[in-house]
Amino acid sequence: MSATYTGTKVCLWTLDHADPASLETYVANGGYSALKKILAEKTPAEQIIEQVKISALRGRGGAGFPTGLKWSFMPRNYQGDKYVVCNTDEGEPGTFKDRDIVEYNPHQLIEGMIIAGYTLGAKAGYNYIHGEIFELYESWEKALEEARAAGYLGKNICGSGWDYDLHAHHGYGAYVCGEETALLESLEGKKGQPRFKPPFPASYGLYGKPTTINNTETLASIPWIMRHGGQAFLELGKPNNGGTKIFSISGHVNKPGNYEIPLGTPFADLLEMAGGVRNGHKLKAVIPGGSSAPVLPAEIMMDCTLDFDAIAKAGSMLGSGAVIVMDETTCMVKALERLSYFYFEESCGQCTPCREGTGWMYRVVHRIEHGEGRPEDLDLLMDVGRNISGRTICALGDAAVGPVHSFIKHFRQEFEHHIAHKRCMVGA
Amino acid sequence: MPVITIDDKEIEVASGATVMDAARELGIYIPHFCYHKKLSIAANCRMCLVEVEKAAKPLPACATPVTDGMVVRSHSDKAVQAQKGVMEFLLINHPLDCPICDQGGECMLQDIAMGYGGVASRYVEPKRVVKEKDLGPLVATDMTRCIHCSRCVRFGQEIAGIMELGMPGRGEFTEVMPFLQHQVNSELSGNVIDLCPVGALTSKPFRYNARPWELSRRKAVSPHDGLGSNLALHVKDGRVLRATPVENEAINECWLSDRDRYSYQALNSDERLLQPMVKDGGHWVEIDWHKALVQAAGSLKVIRETHGAEAIGFLASPHQTVEELYLFQKLARALGCENVDFRIDRSDFSGQPAGVPWLGMPVAELNNLDRVLLVGSSVRKEQPLVAGRLRQAVKAGAELNVVHVADDDLLCRVANKLIAKPSGLVNALAQVAKALQEAGAAIAEAPDVAVGAEARALAASLMSGAKKAVLLGQLAQLHPHAAELHALAQAIAKATGATLGVLAASANSVGAGLVDCLPGPDGLHAAGMFTQPRKAYVILGAEPDLGAGDTAAAHQALESAELVIALSPFKTRSMDYAHVMLPIAAFAETAGSFVSMEGRLQSFRAAVPPQGEARPAWKVLRVLGNQFGLDGFDQDTAEQVLAEALPDGEAGLKARLGNEMSGVTVSHLAAAEGMERLGDTPIYQLDLYTRRAPALQATEDGLAGHAAAACGSLIARLGLATDKPVKVRQNGAETIMKLIRDDSLPDNVVRVPGSLPAAVMFGTRFGPISLEKM
Repeated sequence: MSATYTGTKVCLWTLDHADPASLETYVANGGYSALKKILAEKTPAEQIIEQVKISALRGRGGAGFPTGLKWSFMPRNYQGDKYVVCNTDEGEPGTFKDRDIVEYNPHQLIEGMIIAGYTLGAKAGYNYIHGEIFELYESWEKALEEARAAGYLGKNICGSGWDYDLHAHHGYGAYVCGEETALLESLEGKKGQPRFKPPFPASYGLYGKPTTINNTETLASIPWIMRHGGQAFLELGKPNNGGTKIFSISGHVNKPGNYEIPLGTPFADLLEMAGGVRNGHKLKAVIPGGSSAPVLPAEIMMDCTLDFDAIAKAGSMLGSGAVIVMDETTCMVKALERLSYFYFEESCGQCTPCREGTGWMYRVVHRIEHGEGRPEDLDLLMDVGRNISGRTICALGDAAVGPVHSFIKHFRQEFEHHIAHKRCMVGA
Repeated sequence: MPVITIDDKEIEVASGATVMDAARELGIYIPHFCYHKKLSIAANCRMCLVEVEKAAKPLPACATPVTDGMVVRSHSDKAVQAQKGVMEFLLINHPLDCPICDQGGECMLQDIAMGYGGVASRYVEPKRVVKEKDLGPLVATDMTRCIHCSRCVRFGQEIAGIMELGMPGRGEFTEVMPFLQHQVNSELSGNVIDLCPVGALTSKPFRYNARPWELSRRKAVSPHDGLGSNLALHVKDGRVLRATPVENEAINECWLSDRDRYSYQALNSDERLLQPMVKDGGHWVEIDWHKALVQAAGSLKVIRETHGAEAIGFLASPHQTVEELYLFQKLARALGCENVDFRIDRSDFSGQPAGVPWLGMPVAELNNLDRVLLVGSSVRKEQPLVAGRLRQAVKAGAELNVVHVADDDLLCRVANKLIAKPSGLVNALAQVAKALQEAGAAIAEAPDVAVGAEARALAASLMSGAKKAVLLGQLAQLHPHAAELHALAQAIAKATGATLGVLAASANSVGAGLVDCLPGPDGLHAAGMFTQPRKAYVILGAEPDLGAGDTAAAHQALESAELVIALSPFKTRSMDYAHVMLPIAAFAETAGSFVSMEGRLQSFRAAVPPQGEARPAWKVLRVLGNQFGLDGFDQDTAEQVLAEALPDGEAGLKARLGNEMSGVTVSHLAAAEGMERLGDTPIYQLDLYTRRAPALQATEDGLAGHAAAACGSLIARLGLATDKPVKVRQNGAETIMKLIRDDSLPDNVVRVPGSLPAAVMFGTRFGPISLEKM
């Protein structure tokens, strides 16, 4: 592959046009045609879900759960309100892709949310937008107005007799509100804290009603799938990993940014597209899927393709596709200190292991970084992590443990050096 | 129904049951903090993690639904490892200050740490410190000890009905706190102390008074409202130092109202009467029991011989025991006097139900009602836990309707309400009757009143639903036209197939009726004894000048009497008008019985010996009977008195309960013009004990019991200032009181509580009143 990808893009294709966010650009390039066709032909929901299943579209928010399967969990014959919620609470450190979709291709997301609402029998849809990107909340509202004016939202959509509307909600920047049930609590006006599951949102979601929550990129992929078919989407990527995916590459590269490329693209190609490691330094490590994903050393990463299955096999997660690149000048202790601080700061405090454990882990790493580490600290960190992992209400606890365990696993000698010599071995 | 195996024991449970439910049924203890059987599931402490076969991770027992064939191990290595891990986290920031913590010795964290905690901590960083919160006079805080189980927060939301505590902050900085510096004012707030598994929330009045292991727990029954809550009195060195609930699903569940919890303070009050006293030349002198009884009986004999037995009035408090009230009326009758009454606070004695008024159903049935009409009841303040049960009923879908003189916040959804001035209350209830008639209900006779839309909506609500009740509250019983309210309520209940219930305001209102502590056919009722003053009064445990329907008449009658014999645990107030004061045992100091509003007979023993020279009132009355040489005053135990008072026991007394009232004509259908008084009984002015419990008096409700209140629009119209003194005038008497704003009151209504010392000369609890600028 060359240093640029020129193939099909599912989400960020509007960037090749002059006025990417406008309704005109979107409609001129086939936008809303999938919706119109579905409404005109009254396509059965089962058929839509079937296409989504064929496409092998997997949740783009981080968990990679098959979207078609998730949609099939919604109770079909439920009498009462149902909801669709879009999760644009993009707060995972390293991730900055959903904001570009909302900013540069809002109508594709709107169309995706309408098709989702039609398929799942929802009364309304909500887009929960991260509190620290307020300007996108406003531009999204503007796009909704355009869609309403054009008859795609509100009463009697496209003359079909079907009513459906979308609303925007902006959070206040809490990372935990990206967890789907915390998001629902926040959307209901409560303190954003995850709910215990079961029940899952498909049976007890927003206001206690069946609700499907999907990531922005996931929902924005739906119109493309409906236009071109699930098979075409699948073929963009690789088996079980359909479609293209936006990778937010950051850190020690020359050209950080969003790159929408097919799933299954080798990491080495993405690194090349991003201009390679800065200043000609050597690659040291990569966090392939946002800060919650375990770090992988360069040698493992350079052999890896970017898709859910390959990264999982390598011992990490594709996550949200946030690729954090670290070169040889990186002090892994300091990097972990910063990551641990994030989880300590963002723990909602609801359940004991995460509330107490994230602060504990941070303080120990902080101590090591500041030359006050003790020989027993690494075992302590591993043990505290084990006591958090899998014992919390939501995945934030596991997310906090992921970096700690993986940094120590792959770079233990750096930590030991810090403890023994009370200073860093990098650049020594 | 799914079958689950826990620790090799198999059990079939209801579908939807959790692993914790199943474990409890099996008698298997799984450590927990946030789980509480009466609260929603939070699953936040993670202490109850157990190993579930085929599950990758340990799961919280409290939140995991049982599935058929589930195999759980609560004490396997995997489970215990998870539980120990959680315990370590709970302890890293918990101060290890057990030696100075009031919870020490009855602390869940301490107990469970014995089983699951480490010997030493691996946490070497500084511990978290949390700023103290002021929750008011009842609940002490030490928030650094909080383990964030959220029980107190959920209690407020789910049981008390008001979220007075919340959990702002995030992560380690999450804190339980009241909102915007507010204190905790719910009448059920003390329950958070029992719920708190650590020493973060403890009892403020009890703080640092004793260690739990120094206390013996004695069972008792609350002497306040007619619910009959079960208490444990914690005793050290012959003193009651605190009260906690004894669980009784049928009565108070596991809760207590603050009134029941903190009134024990009065037992140790400086105002206790510790020695018999007589007034000698205008001075009170202490004398011994023998002389006191001789003098009391002798003086009474003189009155009886000079003026006849009808010149004596016998007044008792319905907070006294069955045994006491029985002997009290027996003494009166043996002396030939039929002037006996316990209904000191009433104004209307015109209608008499055929039986003894009662709830008409078991208390626990309140939760299952579909439709409720509350008439003249500030139920939150009158019977706080009845309000709690109604709240649960509403949560389960019941429609709660209200006809009342104040728009109280019942902390739950109220379907329909008619709020009227006290003089308009009969009209309001008549509207409901009329609306029912218009809607086709079989109502015998409905007064001809103009029906408003609210009354129609209310009637429609009552015509639907299956299980219904019409409940008469304390205010309806105090009302000057109480009989008309009763008759209307009865007609409404009959027409809608509802049960008519009377919410007993006092612990033994029902018992007092059962032992006939009531005037005979030729006797005077309580109000009559004041408006036609008697030469002598014998008063048992009451303060008629504070509680009477007409306090001025009561005051004047007592002041001008030749002889007042007061049997009381307290000397204050009685000193003002009595001639002989006989110290009687207070509620925790005597054996006795109460009959609750549901007709439940509950007997109890003394928890502590009477203070000073005080004696159980039944013994005093018995000896007084001996002084007169009367027959039938030779009982040796409270049990003997009870056997005589209620020979048919609980089973038999039920037959004598009944709310059916006949022969009442509803005629007071026009509301009065102008401003009028609402003289209700504030929650912490109900009886002798609550009036003398400093912690209760310091609460917002306690303070409001000493002020005049009016709605904002009336205050504005009169050009008055809120929270400033105001001149209040009624029946020619005037006094200066603080005026507070209470927008739950209708226009032209001034709430001046009955039982207010400053307002004794105002006289009637209802009627014209005026407010003037100072």
